[in-house]
Amino acid sequence: MTMVEAIRDAMDVMMGRDERVVVFGEDVGYFGGVFRCTDGLQRKYGRSRCFDTPISETGIIGVAVGMGAYGLRPVAEIQFADYVYPGYDQIVSEAARLRYRSAGEFTAPMVVRMPCGGGIFGGQTHSQSPEALFTHVAGLKTVIPSNPYEAKGLLIAAIEDDDPVIFLEPKRLYNGPFNGHHDQPVTPWARHELGETPEGHYAIPLGTAAIRRPGEAVTVIAYGTMVHVAEAAAEETGIDAEIIDLRTLIPLDVETIAASVTRTGRCVILHEATLTSGFGAELSAQIQERCFHHLESPIIRVAGWDTPYPHAQEWDYFPGPDRVGRALRRAMEA
Amino acid sequence: MTEPTRLSLHVPEPLVRPGGTPDFSHVTIPRAGTVRRPEVDVPAKDIHDLAWSIIRVLNRHSEAVGPWATGLDAEKLKSGLRAMMKTRAYDARMTMAQRQGKTSFYIQCTGEEAVACGFQAALSPGDMNFPTYRQQGLLIAQDWPLVDMMCQVFSNSGDRLKGRQLPIMYTVREAGFFSISGNLGTQFVQAVGWAMASAIRGDTKVSAGWIGDGSTAESDFHSALVFASVYRPPVILNVVNNQWAISSYQGIAGGENATFAARALGYGIPALRVDGNDYLAVHAAAAWAIERARRNLGPTLIEWVTYRVAAHSTSDDPSKYRPKEESDAWPLGDPIEQLKNHLIVLGAWSDERQAQLQAEIEDEVRAAAREAESLGTLHDGPKPSAAEMFQGVYKEMPRHLREQRHEMGV
Repeated sequence: MTMVEAIRDAMDVMMGRDERVVVFGEDVGYFGGVFRCTDGLQRKYGRSRCFDTPISETGIIGVAVGMGAYGLRPVAEIQFADYVYPGYDQIVSEAARLRYRSAGEFTAPMVVRMPCGGGIFGGQTHSQSPEALFTHVAGLKTVIPSNPYEAKGLLIAAIEDDDPVIFLEPKRLYNGPFNGHHDQPVTPWARHELGETPEGHYAIPLGTAAIRRPGEAVTVIAYGTMVHVAEAAAEETGIDAEIIDLRTLIPLDVETIAASVTRTGRCVILHEATLTSGFGAELSAQIQERCFHHLESPIIRVAGWDTPYPHAQEWDYFPGPDRVGRALRRAMEA
Repeated sequence: MTEPTRLSLHVPEPLVRPGGTPDFSHVTIPRAGTVRRPEVDVPAKDIHDLAWSIIRVLNRHSEAVGPWATGLDAEKLKSGLRAMMKTRAYDARMTMAQRQGKTSFYIQCTGEEAVACGFQAALSPGDMNFPTYRQQGLLIAQDWPLVDMMCQVFSNSGDRLKGRQLPIMYTVREAGFFSISGNLGTQFVQAVGWAMASAIRGDTKVSAGWIGDGSTAESDFHSALVFASVYRPPVILNVVNNQWAISSYQGIAGGENATFAARALGYGIPALRVDGNDYLAVHAAAAWAIERARRNLGPTLIEWVTYRVAAHSTSDDPSKYRPKEESDAWPLGDPIEQLKNHLIVLGAWSDERQAQLQAEIEDEVRAAAREAESLGTLHDGPKPSAAEMFQGVYKEMPRHLREQRHEMGV
C-alpha cells in the first residue's frame, strides 16, 4: 500500500467506525484531493461527511473548531502545509487553547492534515516544513509519519485523540521511501516492509518514537523523509548509526532519545525545515540537559538552509545523504 | 492631453471630535413601524432594502407599532426590563470593583443591553452563542448566577475557569455560552462550524455568532459569511454596530460607504438592520432569524444599530477621542428607558415600581458581590492554585508539563 492509500484507509476506517468523523478541505470531496488522499470517501459516506470547502484556510480550521466543540471529529485537509498560515490564528489562539481557557467545558478535537516537505520541485509554495511553528504552541500535538504502516496507525490515533493534532505528511514519501538520491529510482512501497498495511483498525500511540536501525556509534534523530535519508547515509558511510524516527514531535519521546545518546555519546539531528529555531534546536537543548556528561562530540544539526525554499536549487537545498554522511563522519571524528 | 489627476488617500474621520458638538444628522432613522416584515422563507434578493433601513417597533409615544410588533406579553417584557437593569447594575458593580483593585480588567455594555437580553429571550435550550466580551446580557437574561460570573471576574477560588482566563471572558456550556476567546472575530466562523455540525448530525439546534463593527474587518468575518453562504447552516450572524472600536469610529471598518448588514447581500445571505436599543425590535428580529434557522432555511445576518455609551474597557478613556456628550445625543435613546416607558404606556408598570425594582436589583448585586468576594479577589484571599496552571493544556498531562510542574515545586 502507498502512503496515500494508507492515509485514505485510516480515514475510511474511522469514518466507518464513528459517525462523528467528517473530512473536508479544498478539492477533497468529489475529486478526492490533489494527492488523492480522500478519493472515494464522498461516494462511500455521502456529501455531508466528506465535502469540498471554499479556498479559505481560516474558514476550514475555524469551522473545524466549531464542529469539534459540537462533538464531531473533524479531519481537515490543508492542501499544502505552505497554505496553512491564514488558518494559523485559528489553530494557535483557538483550537490549541479552547480546553485550557474553558477549563474543559469545551474542547476542539480535530486533525489538521497537510502535505509537507520538499523534493518535488514545488518551490517555496509547495515544499515547506513548518512543524516548529506548531511544536512551539502549547496545546497542540504534532505528528509526522515516515511510512504507510505507521501513517495509518498514527492517523487513526490522531483522529481518536481528544486534543487537536497537526498531522504532517511528507509528500515526497507518498509513493515510495525517497532517500534523497533524486537521480535514482525510488523503490515502491510495495517492496518495503513498512509498506505492508494491515486491514481494519489499529492505532500507534502518539508520543512514542521508533528505532529504525539499531546502532552503537552515533544516534541520528530524524522524522519524515529524513528517516530514509539517514538510512541511506548510514549504509553509504558504513557508520553504525542508531536511527530514531520520532514519529511524534509533541509529545516527545525523550526517554528513547536520551537512552540512545547516553549509550552512543554522539548525536546528529536531521530535518528538512530551516535550521534556525527549528525543532532540532529544541532536541539539541534537551539532549545536552539530559546527556551532557555522556557526550563525546558536539551535537550536530543538518537542516534546510535558512533561506526560502528555492526552485532550481532543489537538490542544493534539500539535506541529502551526502550532507548527512559528512555530518556522521564529523560526529565520529570529534 | 489632460493633466493626470494627482491622487490622494481617503482616510475616514468622524464628523465630530472632543470639543465639538455631537452630530448624528447623518444617521437616517425611519419612523417606527414603517419597515416591512417579510415571511421567513423570503429569498435574500427580495429584501435588500431591509439591509439599508432600521427595523424599529417603539414610536416616540412608547407604543409598539408596525409589523414587527409581535406581541410579547407584559410579563415577558418585564422580565426583559429586569434583565437589562440587572446587566447595567452588574456592570456598575464590577467597574467599581476593578477601580478598587479587586480585578485587573472589566468591560461594560452600557447602552447595548437590549441586544443581548432581547436576543437571548428568543433562543431555546441547546442553542449556542459564540459571544464577544460585550454580551454578558446573554447570561444575565437567563438568570445565570451573578456570583458565578463575578468569581470569574475576580479569578478567585470559585472561578469555574480556574484563574486561567482574562476577566469577563466567560464560558458556560450549560447556558449555551461558548468560551469567549478575547481574540477578535475568531469565533464568528466557529459559530458557522457549530451550526454546520448541527446540520450534519440532523439535529435541531441553532447557533449565534457575535462580532463588533470594528472586527468585521477581520478575515474570520468574511470566511464566516462565505461558509454560511455555501452550506446554509442554521446560524444567526450578529454584528453589533456600537459605532466605536476603541477609538476608531465605524468608518474605519468600512461603515462609511455601506451598512454592515449590506455586506451579507453579496453573499446571498438575508440581512436585517435593527434598532439595537429597542427591546421589542431586537426580540422580534431575533425570533424571525432563529425561526429561519430552525426551519432549515439557512443563515441570517443582523446588524444591531446601537451606541457604546461606556468606555471600551476599564483601560480606555473615550473623552480623548469623542465628545463627552455624544452618548446623550445618540438618536435611538436608552434601551432601559424605552422599555420602561412602553410598559407604563401599557398600564403594566409605573415609576414607583421601576424604583422598587432598581433597589431590589442593587441589593441582589451587592449580596452577590459580597458572596463572590468571600471566595477571594485577584490580589486578596483564596485563589486557584499554581498547580492548576499546568492542568488542561491537554487531556492527559504530557511528560514535559509534569517535569515543569515538578520544577516549580507544586
